Amino acid sequence: MVRLIDLPDGQEGRLVRLEGERAFRRRLMELGLLPGTPVRVIRRAEIGGVLELEVRRARLTVRTSEASLVLVAP
Amino acid sequence: MTSAIRSATSNKRVAIAGNPNTGKTTLFNELTGARGKVGNYPGVTVERHFAALELEGHGEVLLMDVPGTYSLSARSHEEQLAIQAVAGLHPLERPDLVVCVVDSTQCVRNLYLVLQLVELGLPLIVALNMSDRLEETGQTLDARALAQELGVPCVPIVAARGRGLDELKREMARVLADPRRGRATWRWAPDDPLLEADMRAVARELPSEMTDGDAARERALALWALLSVDETDELQIPASLRAVVLRKRKLAEASKRNLDEEIIRGRYDWLDARAKLFLRESAARASVTDRIDRVLLHPALGFAIFLALMTVVFQALFAGADPVIGWIETFFAWLGRGVAGLLPAGLFADLVANGLIAGVGSVLVFLPQILLLFLFLGILEDTGYMARVAFLMDRVMKVLGLHGRAFVPMLSGYACAVPAILATRTMERQRDRLLTMLVVPLMTCSARLPVYGLLIAAVVPVNGSGPLAGSGPFTQGLLLAGMYLFSTVIALLAAAVLGRTVLKGPRVPLLLEMPPYRVPHWASVVRMMWEKSSVFMKEAGTVILACTVAMWVLLSFPRQSEPTTPAGIPSEIRPVAEASQDEAAATLQQSYGGRLGRAIEPALAPLGFDWKIGIGLIGAFAAREVFVSTMAVVYGLEGADESSTALRERLRTETRSDGSKLFTPLVCLSLMVFFALSCQCMSTLAVVRRETRSWRWPSFLFAYMTVLAWIASFAVYQGGRLLGFE
Repeated sequence: MVRLIDLPDGQEGRLVRLEGERAFRRRLMELGLLPGTPVRVIRRAEIGGVLELEVRRARLTVRTSEASLVLVAP
Repeated sequence: MTSAIRSATSNKRVAIAGNPNTGKTTLFNELTGARGKVGNYPGVTVERHFAALELEGHGEVLLMDVPGTYSLSARSHEEQLAIQAVAGLHPLERPDLVVCVVDSTQCVRNLYLVLQLVELGLPLIVALNMSDRLEETGQTLDARALAQELGVPCVPIVAARGRGLDELKREMARVLADPRRGRATWRWAPDDPLLEADMRAVARELPSEMTDGDAARERALALWALLSVDETDELQIPASLRAVVLRKRKLAEASKRNLDEEIIRGRYDWLDARAKLFLRESAARASVTDRIDRVLLHPALGFAIFLALMTVVFQALFAGADPVIGWIETFFAWLGRGVAGLLPAGLFADLVANGLIAGVGSVLVFLPQILLLFLFLGILEDTGYMARVAFLMDRVMKVLGLHGRAFVPMLSGYACAVPAILATRTMERQRDRLLTMLVVPLMTCSARLPVYGLLIAAVVPVNGSGPLAGSGPFTQGLLLAGMYLFSTVIALLAAAVLGRTVLKGPRVPLLLEMPPYRVPHWASVVRMMWEKSSVFMKEAGTVILACTVAMWVLLSFPRQSEPTTPAGIPSEIRPVAEASQDEAAATLQQSYGGRLGRAIEPALAPLGFDWKIGIGLIGAFAAREVFVSTMAVVYGLEGADESSTALRERLRTETRSDGSKLFTPLVCLSLMVFFALSCQCMSTLAVVRRETRSWRWPSFLFAYMTVLAWIASFAVYQGGRLLGFE
């Protein structure tokens, strides 16, 4: 199990657990990011501090600080 | 807006709901032909927009554009606005029909919201938007099968091209005539017995005006409460309801259950299990968006392109708008003179020329920059690039407490705060918008340049004597660059401080969708430019016009009955032209504004300013660059501008009563710092008032900037004197 930020670009993992505040966890789940859902890291913006993900055919951006609260199984 | 609600209480109400960025606002505009902002990034609709729509058999119905939301669970005030409008938590706000707009290419995820609306038992129509883009994403969507599964009508549309709208309108008329048509007979509810028990316990505490006595709606609202209520939400609900939810959540936590996950998963499982009945997916090809993003979001190249684009925007605002602004100014000056010449000389001619015509001119002068900025914003938003700006800039802006999207307004602030403040609409949260509005006026706008130009030229003569003489243009340039740097640093610091104090808010996770790139919908870009400009002229413009006339009154009353001559110079030996200029100077000095200048002198003295500068500062409230012409009048040099040698020389030779030089380098620096930080701009205040709809924030803006300016100038002047400068 690794943190989502540690997943290399282009690689897919399966969501295992969400940490952090309730509003954050709830919002992710409502966007379809429930435990068990496949997630792929598309790219990251080093200066922007943001990660682009693919979940359920949609592209989402998450802050790297928040992506460290998402645990995935590669 | 409230009058729109009240006057239309007899009309049927239709809410247009949906996830952010699904084209709700486009549909709204296509249906009603007007009023509403369209954009290609999540969360563009902040206010609710109302418009009338003629529907066959129903006359005019009231269409409401609701802020985009991913679900009905709410925490912030803004989210609650959206939810109240569609879920009808308040009995007076309940819509007769909800049209939920769905992005067909993101069907299942969008249906999460649809499912909640179905549960609530509101008459519903699902508008499957962007149905033309299904093919390129390798999907086929069977609207009839989907309607079968959900139990509500589903209509494929392409809002941007106006396709499917007639069918949608027909369906709306049908459902309004027979609400059962839009109400599913079967509604989703959890089948887990523990969750069901929690749901029922909460349902018992629901006030009856929320539920209508409908058992299914009761269950749906109970689930809504379980998902929404916690210790920190801003919801307005009965205390007993809050108590039971908190108790149930605590109990669930103790037995290692996660209520949020149970409810959300229940809905997604239901959707996923049925998806194969209405949705067929083949492997997606590498999309155009992907290929563009490989360049535009490239770690190095992407950033370079971003900087280049921003340079183009800035140059266009700063230099591109300049000639047009010049024409407008010249035209109104010419018009003022012309009209004044036609009228009999006197008070009325002066009012028309210097009050009214100048006032209209001072409103219209903002138009070129507003139009240009909203042209760029429209393109950036509509193409989908704006979402990428947040992606590229989020970290930098977050440190300052600002939203990633605040970058463009902040940059525009270097040209002019007025369009920049209008552009804060690109942020969805009130707090983010306010914070940006409060710091944008600190950026060095183009109206400060003439003031800096005059003062720098007075301190550093290109050729001549003085402490800094000889270094000439280089030192002048360095000073100007220093002022830009100074204002930027202060603006960023102010953002960091205000964001942590006055506008402290809950940290919001950045979860944005990256919309696919699209060709801009030009009609909506033009509509937004038109709308922004007309709103500015109508609402902010009237305030600016009124202020211009008020400034005119302040600076020309009381009128002098007979010309007075400055002491010591016998009037008969002076040329006539000079006499009239001195008369203008005397009028100004005797005016209310002039008296105010004298009255505030004690407050300005610690900064090194005398009362004549005080008059200049009051005059500059009309617009900062007016400082130059006001000082020219004060010194009897009417008509001089910042490049006028006469005015510069006058500043260099001006003395205090004790004979010492007034405009020493230290005083000029103190004055420049004052101009950099103070909010000497009624147009900025007028536009902040218009955007926040109260005088509270413009008052705060004015107060904090003035205090900041005073303290900084005080520190510069007194500190400089302590260090031995004059």
